[in-house]
Amino acid sequence: MTTTAPRSAERAVDTPLTTVPRVGGVLPRWGTWAVLAAAAALVGGLLALVGFSISLFILATALLFGVAVYLWSRVIEGRRRAKDRLVTITVTGAFLLALAPLVSVVVTVLLKGLERFDPMFFTYSMSGILGPGGGAYHAIMGTLIITGLAAVMSIPIGLLAAIYLVEYGRGRLARAITFFVDVMTGIPSIVAGLFAVALFALFVGPGARLGIMGAIALSVLMVPVVVRATEEMLKIVPNELREASYALGVSKWRTIVKVVLPTAVAGIAAGITLAIARVIGETAPLLITVGLTTAVNLNPFAGRMATLPVFSYYSYASPGIPREAFVDRAWTAALVLIIIVLGLNLIARLIARVFAPKTR
Amino acid sequence: MASSIQATDLDIYYGSFLAVHDVTMTIKPQTVTALIGPSGCGKSTFLRAMNRMHEVIPGARVEGKLELDGTDLYGPGIDPVTVRRQIGMVFQRPNPFPTMSIYENVAAGLRLNSTRIAKGDMDVLVERSLRAANLWEEVKDRLGKPGAGMSGGQQQRLCIARAIAVRPDVLLMDEPCSALDPISTLAIEDLINELKNEYTIVIVTHNMQQAARVSDVTGFFNIEGTGKPGKLVEMDETKRMFSQPREKATEDYVSGRFG
Amino acid sequence: MNTSTAAPKTTTSATRPIRRPGDRIFAGAAAGAGVLILVILAGVAVFLLVQAYPALVAAPEELPTPSAGGEGFVAYVWPLLFGTLLSATLALLVATPLAVCVALFISHYAPRKLSQGLGYLVDLLAAVPSIIFGLWGLAVLAPLTVPPTRWLEDNLGFIPLFAGPASAIGRTMLVAALVLAVMILPIVTAVAREVFLQTPLLHQEAALALGATRWEMVQLAVLPFGRSGIISGAMLGLGRALGETMAITIVLSVSGGVTFNLISDGNPATIAANIALEFPESTGLDVNTLIATGLVLFAVTLIVNLLARYVINRRRDFSGAN
Repeated sequence: MTTTAPRSAERAVDTPLTTVPRVGGVLPRWGTWAVLAAAAALVGGLLALVGFSISLFILATALLFGVAVYLWSRVIEGRRRAKDRLVTITVTGAFLLALAPLVSVVVTVLLKGLERFDPMFFTYSMSGILGPGGGAYHAIMGTLIITGLAAVMSIPIGLLAAIYLVEYGRGRLARAITFFVDVMTGIPSIVAGLFAVALFALFVGPGARLGIMGAIALSVLMVPVVVRATEEMLKIVPNELREASYALGVSKWRTIVKVVLPTAVAGIAAGITLAIARVIGETAPLLITVGLTTAVNLNPFAGRMATLPVFSYYSYASPGIPREAFVDRAWTAALVLIIIVLGLNLIARLIARVFAPKTR
Repeated sequence: MASSIQATDLDIYYGSFLAVHDVTMTIKPQTVTALIGPSGCGKSTFLRAMNRMHEVIPGARVEGKLELDGTDLYGPGIDPVTVRRQIGMVFQRPNPFPTMSIYENVAAGLRLNSTRIAKGDMDVLVERSLRAANLWEEVKDRLGKPGAGMSGGQQQRLCIARAIAVRPDVLLMDEPCSALDPISTLAIEDLINELKNEYTIVIVTHNMQQAARVSDVTGFFNIEGTGKPGKLVEMDETKRMFSQPREKATEDYVSGRFG
Repeated sequence: MNTSTAAPKTTTSATRPIRRPGDRIFAGAAAGAGVLILVILAGVAVFLLVQAYPALVAAPEELPTPSAGGEGFVAYVWPLLFGTLLSATLALLVATPLAVCVALFISHYAPRKLSQGLGYLVDLLAAVPSIIFGLWGLAVLAPLTVPPTRWLEDNLGFIPLFAGPASAIGRTMLVAALVLAVMILPIVTAVAREVFLQTPLLHQEAALALGATRWEMVQLAVLPFGRSGIISGAMLGLGRALGETMAITIVLSVSGGVTFNLISDGNPATIAANIALEFPESTGLDVNTLIATGLVLFAVTLIVNLLARYVINRRRDFSGAN
């Protein structure tokens, strides 16, 4: 307020920028909300004249809201505060926009999936079913078996490799493993599927479709996730605990098994659960390694198996007649899948919280 | 139970770096020996070499001789794991196992080694160790609770109980009170006085009053400059070390002129 | 009891400590698992190479030719590679600015108490299987884009991107890229958020103490600090988008051919989607060809991921933060 006069160079240095704290106008607390309401009302009214569309309404309201707040704040609070407000609105808007797909996906899958979310879906296979009815019992079992096999193969490898990296690994081998685990993290899932195909083409012959092939493909995707998660958790076990154990005359491997691992077990279990959640929804590698059947096949070493994601894909992509029956089953399979995946995520959270070392 | 330790011309290296040079010292049974000196002088390194804990750091090694009752601890065929069972250690910061209860913490030394022991015997051992650590009365009603929930001083005494539960001959303490408040410190110092009847104790401390209070013998480590190895300058009865040391450097240090 | 008397050195020093059998077995198993990972990865490369080889050396006319007509493997894979790069790049262009905003919201704008839970919500987005994003993209997002793409064709049709004719069902490159953007958003957000949260508090307080508004503080302290985090997060997201299969397979209507037209029904496939579409019906040399394209995809994602790691590691060296 005192600095509006033109200043010479010395004055700019000598005089404080403002001698009195600047007391400018400030938007009232309710200001932004009022603008939001007004913008919504205005846009709603205008759209009502030309035909209402929810996405257009939200978009236009957001734009109008941002512009209006910026202008109002600029007049009363000045340019800098106005810009700050605009950015706050943009960033908050971006977050809401990012959540929109999540909400939309969950709502869509719920609405469309509940159509066939009945006991029959969980108890029947598609054996001999041409139109409506039938279920995904065979696909659910297939998904559980194949994911289970993948977990059985990858968890020991991943755990031990992480233990090696944190507790033993030094020098070139450890660096190589760290590097290639990074590389493995980036393998596209379809390439993991192709690996299983190429592997079995050499040993079993071309055109093989087996549950175990899918499990191997999933393992390739799962191992690096398990290694990374376990590594993180082992690294945060304080070194003091290892030393305390050594000082009691406990050998290194017993220290790892009985002190280090129990201390980190909650985090590791959570990480493994997330790794399972990640691969259980994989479609592409299973599509090319396991294929699909209509009947129940619980033997991963003989012939094609059904899995939930592939079942869902084929029901939607190449439906029979009537189409609705197939599409409904696709959505219900998607719903079951999303329940499993989100459930596993929730379980991982709970494990990490409940089984963390207690301090009281 | 208590044993003597004899170090002869002991050099300690981290890789090619000589951390402690040419230490010769005798530690008598049933005494408290304090190691004092400025930071980085190698007193902790020396302490850790005494039960081969420094080997946990890759590249660490020693040259020279270190004997426990005449047995060379670094001789061929000696397993560091068994050395550590004979020579226990208490660390700077209390480090009870967070996954274990108070009871399990005390029993840890035996349990982790899968030593077969009857439940009743274990109860006796745990009680005796906790009593020896002056902790029994405070925790006897909550043995099943996690050890991490106690105060710092209690945790440190729990760690001492845990260390003596494996019945070592020697107890090494690496600045055991530096993370504790004065009252807890006093409790630990009292405990050290009682424990010396059964154990040979070596304690590293930054606190000269503490060395004067608890120890019978004091060794002064010093370092000539950064990058130079630490050396044992002088070692004598504590009273003498603090009243009329032979070396100028010792006198400067104990009178607070540096360090 | 005294200090150094110069006695002859007895160098006992059994430098190699005795290892107990339990220790040796356990250490061996752990190292074995590590080596096994190397073997698996080498296996992936070798088996793919072996199976791809016949396609790489085959006569051009033997190869399947959905688009380019008997001109060999390069002509076969080029449109697919183009589609892969186009869709992934578009997805990245959409997702990165949004992800930066979301990460900023979580790290600096949301109320403290909520921010962890909100971050978890965004992470949930990453947990949704890609097949479900595909179904959602086709059933929900695609119809939504039909009116706007019509408008784009009518009014901005002179730009090659919007040349049209606009798809009536929305199975366009635009929708595919948007679905991919949604899928990689949580990945980019997670990396950016981590870096933003690590911004030294001191820098932020220094900026605020100078009288900066929150946005000015973010500009001064947070964004410069987080720049490499944004870059590496974007690269990781790109790697994911390049290899994404099912969402594209379901959403995109494919006709082959190289075009920048984003809103029509005639689109190039991506490598991954092409494998998923063609593989179940393929035999013989066709399978080898598909595996060879997979090898190309592997190589591209590998390069992108290594670049991302390189940026992350270089930042680690320079930032001083652990």
